[in-house]
Amino acid sequence: MLNPDSVGSTFGGTEKIAVTQSEVDVFCAVIGETDTSIAPPTFTIRITLSQFEEILTRPEIGLDWTRLVHGDQKFQIFSPVRPGDQLSCSATIESYRVAAGNEIVSVRSDLERDGAVVVSAWSTLVVRA
Amino acid sequence: MIEIGSELPERIFHINRALLKRYADASGDQNPIHQNEEFALSVGLPNVIAHGMLTMALVGKYVSDFAGGSAKVAEFGARFTKPVIVPKDVDVDLTVSASVAEITDSTITLNLSATSAGVKVLGMAKAVIYK
Repeated sequence: MLNPDSVGSTFGGTEKIAVTQSEVDVFCAVIGETDTSIAPPTFTIRITLSQFEEILTRPEIGLDWTRLVHGDQKFQIFSPVRPGDQLSCSATIESYRVAAGNEIVSVRSDLERDGAVVVSAWSTLVVRA
Repeated sequence: MIEIGSELPERIFHINRALLKRYADASGDQNPIHQNEEFALSVGLPNVIAHGMLTMALVGKYVSDFAGGSAKVAEFGARFTKPVIVPKDVDVDLTVSASVAEITDSTITLNLSATSAGVKVLGMAKAVIYK
């Protein structure tokens, strides 16, 4: 069970994550995108989902990642991500509820470049009963 | 002429096990339910299922192509309502279409539809693109 005291907390945001040309190339190739100068709209899930996993499975937070399904996902893109970008990523646990034994957690990531948010991403994650 | 209610042409993407492996490597999501049939069955799934985010990435490609490039996508969201089931040695169709929901001076909002094997796999799927 997720520790309810963690709701409202924000984590990370200090470490810089480099977006490489090769990882953009590989992502583009899977979906058939030929313009590899820009990251496709959902590319940043590569950064945010692993950060959520790292944070939410910490012992003091306690989410069971092995029974997790992705409920919904939304991206707001203020400025496209490009290879060569150095991004920082902070994650906020926005809400938590239990419905029919399922735990439902909403998290938001803000990806920043040079102090300005370039992408905000919301994920609803469901731990099935 | 694009106006509210305009229907965009349907497009079919093909998903198979090899693509799931490639998406796992591209995204970093190596959950075995997307690659290992035995494991998927053991956790109560009907078969290997596609990553919801792969479905969304393909629908994102549909949106980017209509918009004139990835840089023109301002918002994109969807609910994962049903899984795309991917049996061994089969190319599964993902059928994507859209209609125009809203037009402003600078943006177009699309309501998106994604189905596989006749089942709606995304709900409330919406994108806002720059004109």
